[in-house]
Amino acid sequence: MNPETPGREQEVRAAARRRVRTPLWNLLLVVPLIATLIPTIYNRATPRLFDVPFFYWYQMAAIPLGVLCVVLVYRNTRGER
Amino acid sequence: MGINQVELWVLIFFFVLVSGMGFLAARWKRTESLNSLDEWGLGGRSFGPWVTWFLLGGDLYTAYTFIAVPALIYGVGATGFFAVPYTIIVYPMVFLVAPRLWSVSHRNGYVTPADFVRGRSGSGGLALAIAITGIVATMPYIALQLVGIEAVIGAIGIKGKLPLYVAFAVLAVYTYSSGLRAPALIAFVKDTLIYIVVIAAIIYIPHKLGGWGNIFAKSDAKFAATKTTSDGLTLASAQTLGYSTLALGSAMALFLYPHSVTAVLASRSRDTIKRNMAALPAYSFVLGLIALLGFMAIAAGIKPGNLDNKPNPNTVVPLLFDQQFPSWFAGVAFAAIAIGALVPAAIMSIAAANLFTRNIYKEYLRPQASTREEAQVSKIASLFVKVGALAAILGLNVQYALDLQLIGGVLILQVLPAVVFLLYGRWFHRWALLAGWAVGMASGAWMLYVTPNPSTGKKHFGATQWAFSHLGFDTKTTIYPGVVALVLNVAVAVLLTVLFRAASLPAGVDSTNEADYHLEAGDPGVAEDLPDPLDGPPGSAAPVPT
Repeated sequence: MNPETPGREQEVRAAARRRVRTPLWNLLLVVPLIATLIPTIYNRATPRLFDVPFFYWYQMAAIPLGVLCVVLVYRNTRGER
Repeated sequence: MGINQVELWVLIFFFVLVSGMGFLAARWKRTESLNSLDEWGLGGRSFGPWVTWFLLGGDLYTAYTFIAVPALIYGVGATGFFAVPYTIIVYPMVFLVAPRLWSVSHRNGYVTPADFVRGRSGSGGLALAIAITGIVATMPYIALQLVGIEAVIGAIGIKGKLPLYVAFAVLAVYTYSSGLRAPALIAFVKDTLIYIVVIAAIIYIPHKLGGWGNIFAKSDAKFAATKTTSDGLTLASAQTLGYSTLALGSAMALFLYPHSVTAVLASRSRDTIKRNMAALPAYSFVLGLIALLGFMAIAAGIKPGNLDNKPNPNTVVPLLFDQQFPSWFAGVAFAAIAIGALVPAAIMSIAAANLFTRNIYKEYLRPQASTREEAQVSKIASLFVKVGALAAILGLNVQYALDLQLIGGVLILQVLPAVVFLLYGRWFHRWALLAGWAVGMASGAWMLYVTPNPSTGKKHFGATQWAFSHLGFDTKTTIYPGVVALVLNVAVAVLLTVLFRAASLPAGVDSTNEADYHLEAGDPGVAEDLPDPLDGPPGSAAPVPT
């Protein structure tokens, strides 16, 4: 680490403080957890999709859902830290 | 069974290709010499979104995962599919936590998670605990990558372990010379091959086996014919808690593994990490498809082959490829698995070596070590780590490696309070965190020890599920022991923190400050990957001292 002057240190803190917030958008990140961590939602064989039991295709479908949530949070919280 | 020459030569072709890339990687994206841990162990902290995507994908979705998950599905059905929710929920969680770790590490030059704990808590003891846990959890994981290679060479028809020695020796040498750049470059080949193989498998094999309807019908019939109720196409109601806690515990553990942290810290910016949390689930989709190969193996009538002279379900996927694909494409598939073992093995050995160097060697043996000496020690340690893993798999047996990896997952989860809670604040007392860690480690190991596996007759370390009946409850419900141990861990940490604070025990010195946790590349105080044009006269890249 390079030694830094106190003035530079203050600059660092100020730069960070400007953008520190905890956005409400972050709540969206809970959605994939709820959708997958309660197996009673999807623990059955029907309806089947292309002969694949519900249990399997539901969880595969939850992957794009997870991506969607992360993308939405990412896009709407850009620049905030 | 003779040796399939076509499969063998395709495999050798790809192995030679990636080995060449491994050696050339030393020159890739290189700005200075490799004589520092930032360069050798973190690839110069310079990887952008694409490289990070391939590197993390190659790192987290290992050959062992690709072999073991379908093997579990083959054995018990629905339970094995926990890998899908596990790799869905990990990204939203890491999206919040990892950028903080990235910022504070870049600001303060941290190379390992234990470095951060050392700086934040001021406790060398706690950092040592984190480092040792990381090394202990990683070693068997490296050994298991060898199981993937063993399964492949067995399916080709080769007897003996000579190819294992050769593969690991070559891997050790190019990791030594190129550091993290080697697996980063090879990961491009590995991931591309995996995608090609999986897409081909998921279209071609069901077609040959009479469609998905037939595959699931045959699997259902197989599970119905067994006496146990713990297998089937869906979960028994007593299994649902175990399923979700296994997914949750595994997800929380994944980014605590030293090799995940290494790949995160090697990325160029916070933004790179965040974007990857949206892009990495592409691999989860592939993993889900691979999991379904377990059902295809049932429908194709595959019987497990031998590993260490005992039938082992980890052989079913290579045997399925061998049976279903033409030889040349089976060779490509085997190359994908074998290279899929080399990439994480390299990253894991680098991560474990960094932990040893930074948190044991420099902390306790030679505090005056220069950055050059650190890099040299780490290179040599990475060799020892690989030799150790190889010895473990040859000297002990595959089953021990599997047991140790099972335990490792539970143990690594116990560093969560120290690493994650400290990222968000300093309320927890360092000694309380250490005590919580110890309780978590001991209780987790005990719960696994008392868990038998009735279907194989194993008395200990039989499964990732701990039965509540151990507490005297009359129930069949089970739970992932890592999560129970973590709850105990946190409870102890909270109670003792209250106690220690009341007793005004010294809290240790925090060498980070709040602003460190929010910095992005390019902010003042964070090393940049490009020279700032304002730091020098126009047309000059050399910074002017201020």
